[in-house]
Amino acid sequence: MDIIETFDIKKKFKDVEALKGISIKIKEGEVFSLLGPNGAGKTTLISILTTILKPTSGTALIDGFEITKDPLYVRRKIGIVFQEPSLDDLLTAWENLYVHSILYGMEKSYAIKRIEFILKKVDLYERKDHIVKTFSGGMKRRLEIARGLLHTPKILFLDEPTLGLDPVSRRNIWDYIRQIKKEENITVILTTHYMDEADSLSDTVAIINKGVIIEKDTPENLKKKIGDEILKVKGYIDIENIRKLKFIESIYTDNEYHIIISKEITKNLNEILKFLKPESIEIKKISLEDVFLKITGKKIEELDE
Amino acid sequence: MNDIFQLNGVKAIIIREIIVFIREKERLLSSIISPLLFLFIIGRSLNQNTTIESYTYQHFIFPGIIAMNILFTSIRYGLYLIWDKRFDFLKEVLVAPISRTSLFFGKALGGVFGSVIEMIILIIIGNIFVLKLSLIQIFLIICVGIISSFMIVSIGLSIGAVTKTIEGFGLVMSFLTWPMFLFSNALFEIKSSSNLITFVSKINPFTYSVDILRKIMLNYSSFNPLYSFFILIISTFILSYITIKLFERIDIQK
Repeated sequence: MDIIETFDIKKKFKDVEALKGISIKIKEGEVFSLLGPNGAGKTTLISILTTILKPTSGTALIDGFEITKDPLYVRRKIGIVFQEPSLDDLLTAWENLYVHSILYGMEKSYAIKRIEFILKKVDLYERKDHIVKTFSGGMKRRLEIARGLLHTPKILFLDEPTLGLDPVSRRNIWDYIRQIKKEENITVILTTHYMDEADSLSDTVAIINKGVIIEKDTPENLKKKIGDEILKVKGYIDIENIRKLKFIESIYTDNEYHIIISKEITKNLNEILKFLKPESIEIKKISLEDVFLKITGKKIEELDE
Repeated sequence: MNDIFQLNGVKAIIIREIIVFIREKERLLSSIISPLLFLFIIGRSLNQNTTIESYTYQHFIFPGIIAMNILFTSIRYGLYLIWDKRFDFLKEVLVAPISRTSLFFGKALGGVFGSVIEMIILIIIGNIFVLKLSLIQIFLIICVGIISSFMIVSIGLSIGAVTKTIEGFGLVMSFLTWPMFLFSNALFEIKSSSNLITFVSKINPFTYSVDILRKIMLNYSSFNPLYSFFILIISTFILSYITIKLFERIDIQK
């Protein structure tokens, strides 16, 4: 069942067209990633789905309700974790959650139980009476995720959940997201420009660039679509003859490297080597990064503004 | 579900404001100091040779000083909205399933709460050292204080809603708060030959707060108290309505 369906959403800011007609369906219970460079339209799309922004045209159904007609209903059904922390620095962790529970109209005795449960889940129960100002970046992010989940939403939106965190905290957040998805039976929609994050967490990845969704599939299928293994070569290469090999999916040049993508490179390595005089060579499993590079012709950092 | 007004939303915001008020004692301390300086330093010093309409100067300005505290505290409280916007706390409230009207009432009543607490402290101090007040007087002062504070908090919040930078803060203090205070009869009765000054003091809604308080505390007023009360109520309605409209236009995205 689709919990979100969007119908040709367009958004214009003055003369910039941030979204050029987005129509997607998101299944209930999946982790759905919007992957794209900064300025691709990820946050704009999330803002429209969370009723923060109004679309210029088009609309979306969230849990059967139209975002522009029933924004308050939609808001009750979703949890949001913003790119920049939006916690109340002057309040303790517990107070932040308590104020949230009243804002969302939760019944008091249930809210108090649920706050304890959710704080334990993100390992912040011991710190519940500490003022948020004293928290580290990772702790703040965890508390925000806890707050986003407090009112048992059907959908959790995470906008760049690990931006600016150190590698350990990032892995931590990933674990929490996986665990939450399993235990809370919730649909998770996240935006990211980290390939590994999208790859490791998502059931479905949508690649978005310049306001258009260019690909949408499972990470595995996306990778399979363009090949399975990737060979990176520096040095002389006889492109004409390699192209003729029938197991080669594609070949292109990225700076001084030649990139060969194929379903079975290791198996046919001898045949490829006939046409190479490599200075350096590397074979690896294909990653979402390569998919992205193949589709957009650019690395994600190059598209970042 | 009601889309216009949610009591739970108002309650959540008031609770937040009360916690902040209790926790940030510096705010309380800093805003109660200057009224006390006015009351005791200026009030006492001018006492010897100034009497206004047979009242000692300190007695005369006591209602003005209570009003002054309402004015300064309430305007500054409204401006804290700029802080909330800057540090993104407001976002959490703006995406919650509550209307902007509820947000306004939560914020405004949160501000009134702080301002009334400070007023009670001032009344207690004043009651001991300046002027003995009856319980009925104190009750009436608090009622007028609540309405005045609601009106001035609205002014502060409306500025907070449209201002983006903290630098605007000082500007508001110099060009709004101080003029409202000085053109209000709080420190002296405006009996100027200049029509302009009289005019400004008459369109200043704060003038009427001061005047009602003085009527309650000293039984002296420049205007008919019923007329003043009427102006006060009308101004509060108009200013809250404008502020709600401005709240509806606060954009979450910067």
